[in-house]
Amino acid sequence: MNRFRRSHGPGVGAFDPLKYWLILPAWLVIGFFLLAPVCLMFVFSFLTKEFRGGVIWEFSLAAYDQFLFDRGLFGDEPPRIQWTYITVFVRSITQAAMATLLCLLIGFPTAFYIATRPPQLRAAWLFLVTVPYWVNLLIRTVSMKFLLRDTGPLNEFLLAFGVIGEPLSIINTSLAVQLGLFYSYLPFMVLPIYATVERYDFTLSEAATDLYADKWTVLRRIMLPVVGPGIVAGSILVFVPSLGAFLAPNLLGGAKNFMIGSLIDEQFNGNAGNWPFGSATSMILLSLVLMALFVYARQVARQERN
Amino acid sequence: MAKVAYVKNYPGFLTLTLVCLTVLYAPLIIVTIYSFNSSPSIIIWEGLSLRWYKDVFFGIESAKFKAAAWNSLSIAVMASVTSTTIATAAAIGMVRGKAFRGRNASFVLISMPIMVPEIVTAVATLIFFSAIGFVLGYTSILVAHIVFCVPFAYLPIAARLRGIEPVYEDAASDLYASRFQLFRYVLFPMLLPGILAGLLLAFIVSLDDFIITNFVKGAGVETLPTAIFGAVKQGIKPNIMALSTILLFVSICFVTLSYLLGRTGSQAKHK
Repeated sequence: MNRFRRSHGPGVGAFDPLKYWLILPAWLVIGFFLLAPVCLMFVFSFLTKEFRGGVIWEFSLAAYDQFLFDRGLFGDEPPRIQWTYITVFVRSITQAAMATLLCLLIGFPTAFYIATRPPQLRAAWLFLVTVPYWVNLLIRTVSMKFLLRDTGPLNEFLLAFGVIGEPLSIINTSLAVQLGLFYSYLPFMVLPIYATVERYDFTLSEAATDLYADKWTVLRRIMLPVVGPGIVAGSILVFVPSLGAFLAPNLLGGAKNFMIGSLIDEQFNGNAGNWPFGSATSMILLSLVLMALFVYARQVARQERN
Repeated sequence: MAKVAYVKNYPGFLTLTLVCLTVLYAPLIIVTIYSFNSSPSIIIWEGLSLRWYKDVFFGIESAKFKAAAWNSLSIAVMASVTSTTIATAAAIGMVRGKAFRGRNASFVLISMPIMVPEIVTAVATLIFFSAIGFVLGYTSILVAHIVFCVPFAYLPIAARLRGIEPVYEDAASDLYASRFQLFRYVLFPMLLPGILAGLLLAFIVSLDDFIITNFVKGAGVETLPTAIFGAVKQGIKPNIMALSTILLFVSICFVTLSYLLGRTGSQAKHK
């Protein structure tokens, strides 16, 4: 006879009566210090700004208005579409998409290669690919900056071997930002793809080649549908943090390539000091991310139904 | 008939894997090499020396670095221990409790710090602290770190718990073990690798954080990442490269250790 009454199958006896108490600290900590703050941020985006930080508790649509419209220096001209901030968002989405593509181009072959090694070697390969991820992101980004400088080791190396005639200016370009983002989030692409390729049954590919399909057709027509979910998962996992990234665009991109992260940072730590506008920008970024995650969740659900 | 090896090998994939590894490691290796440069300029190579390592520990800025290192370490230890405790309790409640209304919502809430972009979390936390009159400083950094560490600790612990069959707990409760004994002598030892993985993950994530810390640190309190960021704004200096190299090798030692621990753990399981 069991000490704890067991009416719902094994394993749910002992701790079930305590479950709410056990989860309560997590609810409280995240509910109070993250969910409530995000709700408050939503409220702040509709308040009036106080100069040099803070808010006045008065309803205002000024933050969203500023995001979309230009009403001249004194706010009395007829509204025109304000492209400045929309451009920052479009640039951020483009940069995040390019970084995702770069991660996919390099990450897929890497994941495929690792997954097709003998089982005892796979863990070591994966370890090799994931180790840099555990090094402080700031240090990795600073290292990237050091390497890519106009007078940096990469240029010196290429010059010394006569590959190039004059130094490449990579730093402060959009390419530098993409490389930085690639460097920041590559393992997020490799790991999910690896997981799907590892489970893939290669006898399917073998059967297809027996039927005279060439290798690349096999990859595209037979393998891709099976490992597709891994690619989608990896892409979302790279795209989402890239969109709100701060360090790579800030340290590698220079003034012309700043992204949403720097725009928001400027409202709180910089000279702009416009809290409602910073909150509104954060809300817009959050909605974009939630949309991406929602699309992903729906795709996963559809996958599980099939 | 085609061999499996034929469909497993594509031309160029090995090359791209090597390109991938080069991109990942080249910056770290280059910075490590240049941190031993004796020149005060980061452009010219003048020969090997430990000059900049001495500078990190005894130079003009050493007091600042030591204070920042102490803040980083003490916050990481406290935040990872607290969040791992919260996450372990939550994982037992979520995985071992019966299904209840709001279980999915609870899961979404617990993983919220991972889903919300860091910069948004940073903004929301700053606004919240200023609205409730919480003074920014050491404590506000600690609280923020505890919050975002919870899901990183939760995921490996919950994964491990799902892999442990409930038959052991059932057997123990058949033998009249109390809930405390169940946890202490049955569940905890089996859950330990998950708890350690969660603790380590939370520790590294806390040590790594820049964006949120930068928003909620207030004036005068620095952690290592914010101190380094402040220093590189004017340009990369050689002492920063020495400091970075030290941190780099601390991280790599930690990860290698956890990898080896995990491997011995899984080997023991197979026996």
